[in-house]
Amino acid sequence: MHLTLEFGGGLELLCKSVKIHEVNVDPPEKETRLTMKHLLSWVHTNLIDERPEMFMKGDTVRPGVLVLVNDCDWELSGQLDTVLEEKDAVVFISTLHGG
Amino acid sequence: MALERAAAATATATPRATRLCTICGERRAALKRPKTFQQTCKECFYEVFENEIHRTIVDNHLFNPGERIAIGASGGKDSTVLAYVLSELNRRHNYGLDLFLLSVDEGITGYRDDSLETVKRNEIQYGLPLKVVSYKDLYGWTMDEIVKLIGLKNNCTFCGVFRRQALDRGAALLKVDKLITGHNADDIAETVLLNILRGDIARLGRCTLITTGEDGPIPRCKPFKYTYEKEIVIYPLHSHLLLKLVLNLLCIYSPNAYRGFAREFIKDLERMRPRAILDIIKSGEDFRISSCTKMPEQGNCERCGYISSQKWCKACVLLEGLNRGLPKIGIGRTTGLHDINKMKSTAKILQSKHRETLDF
Repeated sequence: MHLTLEFGGGLELLCKSVKIHEVNVDPPEKETRLTMKHLLSWVHTNLIDERPEMFMKGDTVRPGVLVLVNDCDWELSGQLDTVLEEKDAVVFISTLHGG
Repeated sequence: MALERAAAATATATPRATRLCTICGERRAALKRPKTFQQTCKECFYEVFENEIHRTIVDNHLFNPGERIAIGASGGKDSTVLAYVLSELNRRHNYGLDLFLLSVDEGITGYRDDSLETVKRNEIQYGLPLKVVSYKDLYGWTMDEIVKLIGLKNNCTFCGVFRRQALDRGAALLKVDKLITGHNADDIAETVLLNILRGDIARLGRCTLITTGEDGPIPRCKPFKYTYEKEIVIYPLHSHLLLKLVLNLLCIYSPNAYRGFAREFIKDLERMRPRAILDIIKSGEDFRISSCTKMPEQGNCERCGYISSQKWCKACVLLEGLNRGLPKIGIGRTTGLHDINKMKSTAKILQSKHRETLDF
C-alpha cells in the first residue's frame, strides 16, 4: 500500500536529508494487515542510512521520537499495534535537541 | 498500569475508531497528554497548554506590570515557543510587560548561525526587539576556537559557564528587570538527576526554583518549569499561526556531555511512567539539606565581581586557562584557588586574547 512518510526534528539527516518519502509497503508474509511495528522494521531496513540508534531502540522508536499517524498521536491508536491503511501519512519527529 | 493495558486493549480492538476529545467532546482527539493522559483535540490542547502556562506565571508571581523582560532566545524549540506564548499571554491577559529577545552567539559554525536566523525571524514575526551578545566580543574566543584547542571533552563546561555570564551581560545592557529561559520540565528533571549523580548539593537545592538569582544582578525565571518537552514540540505542529520550528539535532559539540546520559534515562522513564518527570521535580523541590552539611558560601569574584563561591568565578578561571594555553585548568575537581595559585607561580602571561573585562 502507498504511504507518505515524513521525517522531522533532525531525523531527516538519517535518510539522506530527504524529509518526505512516498513509499509502497506490503504487509509481511502470512499477515493480512500492516501495522506500525512492521512499518518501523521496514523503515529501519529500507530508509535509514546511518545512525539507526537515533531512530529506533529495540523494536520501537527511540524514546523522544514522536509518531503521528494522520495527524494523530500514535498513543491514541495503539502505538506499535496501529493498523495502517492505504494513503496514510506517518510523521516521525525527534524531540531530542536544544531548546 | 492495569488501566493502561485496558486502554491499549480497547485501542487494538478498534484501531481506527475515531476517539473524541475528552475536554470538548466534539472534535477528534489528536494527542494524548503525557501529563494527564487526557485525549484532546488540537484546539483544546492549545487552550489547555496556554492556560497552564498562564497559571504557572500567575500562581508563582513571576512578573509585575511594567517590567522589562528579556527572553533568552536560542532559536531552538523551547525559546521560540516561549517567545510566542509569552507575547500572546502578555496581550491576552494584560501582563503589561515590555518584552525583548536576547540571543547568545557562541560562534559554532553550522549550528548557531542557523538558529540565529530563526531568532531574527522571530524578531520580525513577533515584533520583539532583539539583542545578540557574542562570546567573541565578550571573551575573545568562539566555541569553534575553544573546541579546536581542547577537543570534544569538557567543551560544554566552557560553553555553559560562558553562556550564563553572557546572558547576564546582555540583560544588563538591555536594562531589563528579569530574564526568562525556556527550560522545560524534562530539562529540570534531568538537572535534578545530574546534581544527584554529581553530589552537587548546592545546585540541587537551587535547581528546582522557578525564580533564581533574586539577590543577584538579574533574576531568572522558567515559565516552562512544568511544561513537558513533548508538548512544546506538538504545540506548533498543526500549522498553528506564526510558528514554524526549525528543529536541529543536538549541538554538534555535545556528544560527550554528561547531561546526555541523564536525558536518555529520563526519556526511558517517561515512556514507562510519564508522571515521573513531574515527580522528580517535586522530589527536587522537597529536598532538605542536612543541617550538618557544609555549604559553599556565596561571595564575589576577585577579578570581575561576578557572583562566585570561590575566589575567582568559573568563567575567569576558564578564560585564564585558555589564554595561558592551560585549558585543563578549571576542569574537574581541583579547581579555583588551587589552580589560581598554580597559575600565579607560573611564568609570564602568554599573549592574552582578552577584548573586554567583565565588570559587574
